Amino acid sequence: MNSNQVIHAMYNDDDVLLSAVKSIREKKYHIEEVYTPFPVHGLDKALGLADTRISIMAFIYGCIGFSVAILMMNYIMIEDWPQNIGGKPSFSYLENMPAFVPIMFELTVFFAAHLMVITFYLRSKLWPFKEAENPNPFTTDDKFLIEIELHNNEKELNLLLKETGAIDIKTTEKKGDHE
Amino acid sequence: MYTFTNKLRNFSIILMIVGFLGLTYGFLTVPDTLEEATTMVADAHHGEANGASNHYSHGQGHQDANLAHTEGHGVDEHGKHLLHQLQNKPWAALYVAAFFFMMIALGTLAFYAINRAAQAGWSPALFRVMEGITAYLLPGSLIVFVILLLSGMHFNHLFIWMDSEVVAHDKLIQGKTAFLNTPFFLARALFYIAGWVTYRYFSRKFSLAQDQASDVSNHKKNFRISAAFLVFYIITESMMSWDWVMSIDPHWFSTLFGWYVFASMFVSGITTIALITIFLKSKGYLEKVNDSHIHDLGKFMFGISIFWTYLWFSQFMLIWYSNIPEEVTYFITRIEDYNLPFFGMLVMNFIFPLLILMNSDYKRLNYFIVMAGIVILLGHYIDVFNMIMPSAVGDQWFIGLAEIGGFLFFFGLFIFVVFKEISKAPLHAAGDPYMGESERFHY
Repeated sequence: MNSNQVIHAMYNDDDVLLSAVKSIREKKYHIEEVYTPFPVHGLDKALGLADTRISIMAFIYGCIGFSVAILMMNYIMIEDWPQNIGGKPSFSYLENMPAFVPIMFELTVFFAAHLMVITFYLRSKLWPFKEAENPNPFTTDDKFLIEIELHNNEKELNLLLKETGAIDIKTTEKKGDHE
Repeated sequence: MYTFTNKLRNFSIILMIVGFLGLTYGFLTVPDTLEEATTMVADAHHGEANGASNHYSHGQGHQDANLAHTEGHGVDEHGKHLLHQLQNKPWAALYVAAFFFMMIALGTLAFYAINRAAQAGWSPALFRVMEGITAYLLPGSLIVFVILLLSGMHFNHLFIWMDSEVVAHDKLIQGKTAFLNTPFFLARALFYIAGWVTYRYFSRKFSLAQDQASDVSNHKKNFRISAAFLVFYIITESMMSWDWVMSIDPHWFSTLFGWYVFASMFVSGITTIALITIFLKSKGYLEKVNDSHIHDLGKFMFGISIFWTYLWFSQFMLIWYSNIPEEVTYFITRIEDYNLPFFGMLVMNFIFPLLILMNSDYKRLNYFIVMAGIVILLGHYIDVFNMIMPSAVGDQWFIGLAEIGGFLFFFGLFIFVVFKEISKAPLHAAGDPYMGESERFHY
């Protein structure tokens, strides 16, 4: 009935946050979200999040960049307008391959890096002018915030969160779930 | 504390004996006369194609100064050259293996000094393994020195600039005699070895003293001498690579050769640390080492393999692109006469570790590290082979009894020295101020 109610616990240290996350999860409470000003090492494991698959995508994107470089250089330098490379006018991609290695390398990195960033934006539903979702602007400065859904267990949760070293605890309506 | 088991000791002694027999066979089958040399080659190649390929490599000209004055002399010069190459062969096999294992110890010493100077928190759990490997530096580098000394005394023709007859006919080498002359060459070698071994001696001493110490003064001393050593090392390592490897080809030079050899020894050293750590761990020692340490060593193996490739390619591409005859002969001989080891080495040192060690999880599996490590080590043996053989024996190379024997002999000696040293001190450097961090190290 009041599932829109959430509890916000604020912390001022990443180590305290990490141990708090561990003890909250031990008590079988479900953590909705954790807001931090910077990536906290080991937080994903403590929260039990599934491993990121972005590294697999990075490999695939790199392979695409590598292939694009080969096809592009073959078209530009060998097929469309054959070039005399370093006095070796062999007009064969393979024999002139060393000259193209820097381009193959750069495009591999370029594709992997840019497509990874774009993938990350898409997966996290981020776009320009998007309104910030974090409930407290302090989490962009030096505070850490844990959001837990409430199911008529406010008191016990309050006690537990205080034990874990929260500096501020408050209960609010979750935004955006009303419509 | 680790005990050097009889099983491992016997294994290393057997390796040494087998290797010694292989080397002896190589030295005994060296031809003494021109006729023997020509019949040996004719038998091996059944006469065909041999002449053509030889003439081709001669056409490359300056690869070997022996060749530089073939034109105008009698036809016998060809046979004489062949004789020299065949006489060099067992020496080169000995030298490649001696240099390779010395290089592992030296690369490990550099890695150890970097960890000391950087006050790294993750690695103290591995310090005793590294100190064990660097124990091989003294015997290993002295053996290399003895081989250089014997070359200086004209027991072999590995370094043609040592032959006054060659220098008399060679303008290019004449211009370099101020640097490339036997007494100065040997004095430099002694200087490098003395510097490395002295650092190694004191660092080991302070490291052991720190185990019982109540303060961190030994640790601080170790930090200071490690920083000083690294300065000494990067200069002497570079000069060592010109002297001991590049001067085999006295006409050819590359300005990043020192870095190239450094990358090779660095990755071999790190790989050896990983392999010995995994070996000791499988025997129940090194209980403080966890899979995050192995993961970090795996990252270094992966990263430095790519660094090696970067330097290899930087050296290759400029020379290939500019296509200047004096420089490009170096790669033409390697591509023409050493096609398989030359490109095989690239697969073993780059493509294989790149694909195997790319995945983060694989770097935590001992099985993958061992597999990649063995390939990397063999790949870098072939790398040294490619650096030395083409100028020493030309197209007469062959991985035969002498080469395998040389490798096994020094492999046995390496195991013997390294594990003996590891058994001398506790494997856990208890007094290191960063030990706690290293024990808790996790990723």
